[in-house]
Amino acid sequence: MKPVLHRRNVVQTLLGDRGNLLVVAGLGSTAWDITAAGDSPLSFPTWGAMGQAAMIGLGLALAQPRRRVLVVTGDGEMLMGLGALATIGVQRPGNLSVVVIDNERYGETGMQATHTAHGIDMAAVARACGFKHCSVVKTKAAVAKLRSAIRGRPGPVFAQVKVVAEKLPLVLPPHDGVLLKERFRAALA
Amino acid sequence: MWPDQVHRELATAGVRVVGYVPDAGHKRLIELCRSDKRMRAVVLTTEEEGIGLVAGAWLGGVKSVLLMQSSGVGNIINVLGMVQVCRFPLVMIVTMRGEQGEFNPWQVPMGRSTPQVLEAMGVAVRRASSADEVAPLVAEAFRREQAVAVLVSQSVIGIKSFQEQTEQ
Repeated sequence: MKPVLHRRNVVQTLLGDRGNLLVVAGLGSTAWDITAAGDSPLSFPTWGAMGQAAMIGLGLALAQPRRRVLVVTGDGEMLMGLGALATIGVQRPGNLSVVVIDNERYGETGMQATHTAHGIDMAAVARACGFKHCSVVKTKAAVAKLRSAIRGRPGPVFAQVKVVAEKLPLVLPPHDGVLLKERFRAALA
Repeated sequence: MWPDQVHRELATAGVRVVGYVPDAGHKRLIELCRSDKRMRAVVLTTEEEGIGLVAGAWLGGVKSVLLMQSSGVGNIINVLGMVQVCRFPLVMIVTMRGEQGEFNPWQVPMGRSTPQVLEAMGVAVRRASSADEVAPLVAEAFRREQAVAVLVSQSVIGIKSFQEQTEQ
């Protein structure tokens, strides 16, 4: 089945009326996606450190146990740090969700196929690592359910959202790392 | 013992998250941190994860520390770029391999390169050559609120063979 979901719509739905949600994005397309949904001081889009988005989310979730933390990252970024799923599985923070926007491509480098294009099932990996709620999301109805899960369901939550491989206009967040860090801490304080 | 002194300094500094990849030289300190209810000990699959963990914890207003051996420094080079660009405070306690008494030649290249690699990526290097130097250097590292690695010389740890390591 060909994907029907569009990444910007998915991320817009997940982040809409975000309330207290703390958001971390992996480098590249997912950083542009969360910015297209509306920049916020409580978003930390990365411009590097590939493979670490989920771990930044874990650190944040442990530091802020009363807030919900959402990591939005790409399939290539998650694949580079797959061990993080095992590490999160040991800690099992109930307030953490990891959502992989899976277009089965390395979008920033020429749309080369990632491992997920060959059937690698990351949701199954997350399930095996002890994530409480895991899903492969392919429909709008499932996106709506995921939106509820990241806001209230005891986690950790993992979702692999299959999206159309498409090149979209860049919507860039600030790239000054100190600014991104300080505005986040100031907004939380 | 230096691990007990270091543990007291971590508590004094208000450390609440301890990321680690086990090393025989860190055995005691890991045990102390794991049994301290004020601290969340996070076992990592690779040292690289520790940098993400520290960054996330700091964003959330929490101080953390990373424990690793020198081979792990090789695993974190690229992600130290984020530490530098965002100016995340970072304290790493690195037990050295490939030095005096090393029994495994495969540990030597990374051990020899560890200080240069850290400095090349903007991390200040502090060397503890004796056991009583470790805790004061860790305390100072937390006061700086910068990226600092405290290297614990292999002579302080003193493991010389697989046999001794197993018996520890």
